[in-house]
Parts: sequence; structure tokens; C-alpha cells
Amino acid sequence: MEQTQHGVLLFHSTNWALKAEKAAKQASIEVKLIPTPRHLSSDCGTALRFRWQDRDALIQALSEREVTFEHMAEL
Amino acid sequence: MIYFDNAATSFPKPPQVVEAISHFLTEIGASPGRSAHRLSIEAGRIVYDAREALAELFRLDDPLRVVFSANATQSLNLALRGLLRPGDHVITSSMEHNSVMRPLRALERQGVRLTVVPCSSAGMLDPVDVERGIGADTRLVVLNHASNVTGTLLPVRAVGRLVREHGLFFLVDAAQTAGCYPLDMEADHIDLLAFTGHKGLLGPTGTGGLCLGSRLRVDELEPLMRGGTGSRSEMEEQPDFVPDKYESGTPNTLGLAGLEAGVRFVLEKGVSHMRGHEMELTELLLGGLTSMDGVTVYGPLDLKQRTAVVSFNIRGMEPSEVALRLDEEYDIMCRPGLHCAPAAHKTIGTFPQGTVRFASGFYNSAREVEQALAAVRAIALGR
Repeated sequence: MEQTQHGVLLFHSTNWALKAEKAAKQASIEVKLIPTPRHLSSDCGTALRFRWQDRDALIQALSEREVTFEHMAEL
Repeated sequence: MIYFDNAATSFPKPPQVVEAISHFLTEIGASPGRSAHRLSIEAGRIVYDAREALAELFRLDDPLRVVFSANATQSLNLALRGLLRPGDHVITSSMEHNSVMRPLRALERQGVRLTVVPCSSAGMLDPVDVERGIGADTRLVVLNHASNVTGTLLPVRAVGRLVREHGLFFLVDAAQTAGCYPLDMEADHIDLLAFTGHKGLLGPTGTGGLCLGSRLRVDELEPLMRGGTGSRSEMEEQPDFVPDKYESGTPNTLGLAGLEAGVRFVLEKGVSHMRGHEMELTELLLGGLTSMDGVTVYGPLDLKQRTAVVSFNIRGMEPSEVALRLDEEYDIMCRPGLHCAPAAHKTIGTFPQGTVRFASGFYNSAREVEQALAAVRAIALGR
């Protein structure tokens, strides 16, 4: 069985990540808030994990709801 | 017991507010925006949901521009001290609460020029008088939306329009109107809206905030305090984005859980519907008080010009004496004195003795108003 590839979005702060989570859920995109992986940022905040296959749909959902993110990375 | 002190703190609260606070304390408890475990994220969601509810109520596009604080006073201090610099000019009215007057008087000593526009003896403000005060150095106009002494509504939308035309910032102190009178940051041209959670929004004490309109750039407003935000932890400088720039330290999450429930209650009932009930009571109260010999009522009698805050005096009696008798003999809770607003009392001619203030709320009834009127009548007749 192939393992799901995940990506992660980084934001200014958890407040912004929560706004992104709402936007994703409104667009029926499965996401999860996780602690920001240490190798991506030394921040103590929250990141949004998503399935890599949903990348384009997620970017569109966020831009439609005027949610900006700082960084995107593959996990 | 009749509670007529809703202009200070509304009471009782909707059961949903109590449940939300209890739910947070028993089921969640954690710090929002910091640790990213399940409970921390759930706490963050509660705070975010509260931002969303308030953004909906005040017609603000971006919930992240709802900045939380402890009360309207803290929000007003953030706005005034964060925005005004020596050499700036600021205009306000003679009906302001000390939450605006005291920070402004302190700023005046630091080189900010202050103009206090006089209001009528009923507390009414003419927008033309505000416009006349605008100069080349004017940066801000700050007004309360309604007086906490007389209930007089100030012409916020008309002043907002002319403030916008002059390219200035407009700060509104909505302590007495949030949840009690419709507010629309867009239509009212409000750039900064200060509110408190524990009055018309039916939340607990210790909650409030400042809503930042889209015209205000974050670099134009300095924070009151700096500290930990759960974001940009690698930096020793304060973050430069909303709401983190203005929200240092662990927030009052349980209070915000209650506030969200209060705002949702208000949104569900509808501000206009709730105001309708309060104004029915106010009409009854004003009708009764104005018909009594020896009783003077302050503020406008036209219901369209006011909120449910009613100030009066009984001839030959101190307000404190009236309030004590109402409490001890009639089980009625009200507030006598100057109501932290000496400028407003000077404007209406009741300084320094003050007034007796009845402020009914959503949970009061017509029967309670009738009982209160009977009590005032008896006291005024010297019984």
C-alpha cells in the first residue's frame, strides 16, 4: 500500500493557521493542525498538514478566502 | 431583586455563557496558540471562533483584525496611546467617559493637542462642531457611541463620514452600544472600534477588544505591551502582524469562551430585537419618571436618540442616598454618582453631585420597571 504524501503550510502564527484550517474545512479539504516541524522553523507555533494531492485545491481555497501563508514544504 | 445596573455589567448572563465557560474549564483548559497539542488547538479554535462572532457582529471582514483585551478601557488606551504622537491633534466630545478622557489628558501633557467639542445639555453633539475643529495636524476623532450617563447616542455615522472625507482616523468607544445598538464598521466609517464583553455582549468581565478597520495599517499602531505571543519565538522583537502584535501573554481563554457564547446569543436574537425590548422598557421608565413631581430626568426623551441608560435626580436628595434606599428598602440595584464621566456630568449640569442611573437590559421586564417606578415615587414623596 502506498503511503500518503503530506505537505505542510507555515503561517505567521497559530491565529493565521486557525483561519486557514477553517478555510480548508469550508472547501472540504482534509487538514490537520500540528506542531511546526523543527526542521522547517524554530517557531513554537502550529502548522497545517495536508495531503500533497490536495495542494492545488488548498492553495485555491486559501486564496479565495484571503488567507496568506508564509511557507509550503513537503513532509 | 431588580438589577438595573446593566450599563456597568449586564446580569444575569444567558445560560449558554455559563456553559461555555464551564466547558472550557472542565474539558479544555489549555493555552491557545502555543503548544499545538489537541487541547491547545481546541483552545485556539475557541478564541478564533470568538473573533469570528465579533467580526460578524461589527461587519468586519477579517476576524484576525479583532484584537482581544481585558475591557474597553484597555482597548481605548491601546488605540489612543498606540496612534497619537506629540504634535498630533485629536478631537473628542464633552460627553466622554474617563476611559477616553484620562488617556487623552495624559497625552496632552506629552504634547498631543486636544480639542473637546461641547455637547448640548441633553448630551447631543452637532457634527458641524466636530468638522470646525479639524486642522492640518488632526489625526484622530474619538467619540463614544452612546453616553454611559444619559444614554444619548452620538451621530457616529455622520461624524464618520466627514472624518473619512478629511482622511483622518475615527475611533469609536462602543462600550455602551455593542450588542445594544446596530454597529457596522464599514457603513459607519469606523477605523477603530473599542468594545467590552461584559455589558451588552452578555459575556463575562475581563473580556474586550479593539477591532481594526482595513484602512489602518498595522505599522501605524504601536502595541501597549510586548511579550510572548506563541509566534516568531526565535525573535526578541515583537511580531508585526495582527492580532499577535497586540496580544502578548496568555489570553483570558475561559472569558473569551463565554464571550463567544454571549455574542452568538446576541446574533441569534438580533441586536434590533433586543434593542426593541430595551426601548419598550425605557419608554415606560421615561414616561413614569417625567410625570413625577420633584424628579428631573436627563438626556433626550426621544427614544431614537438614546439607549436604555436613564439618569435622574430627586429634588433635595443626594443620588447616593436614593440608591441606598432603593437597594435596602426596595431590592433595586442601580448606580449613583458620577459614573466615571465628570465631563459628561459637567455637560448636563449635574457635576459634582451626579445622578441616579437606571440601566435596564435584555433580562428586565415591564413589571420590574413598574415596581421601580413605584419605589422612586414613594421616595420622592418622602415616604
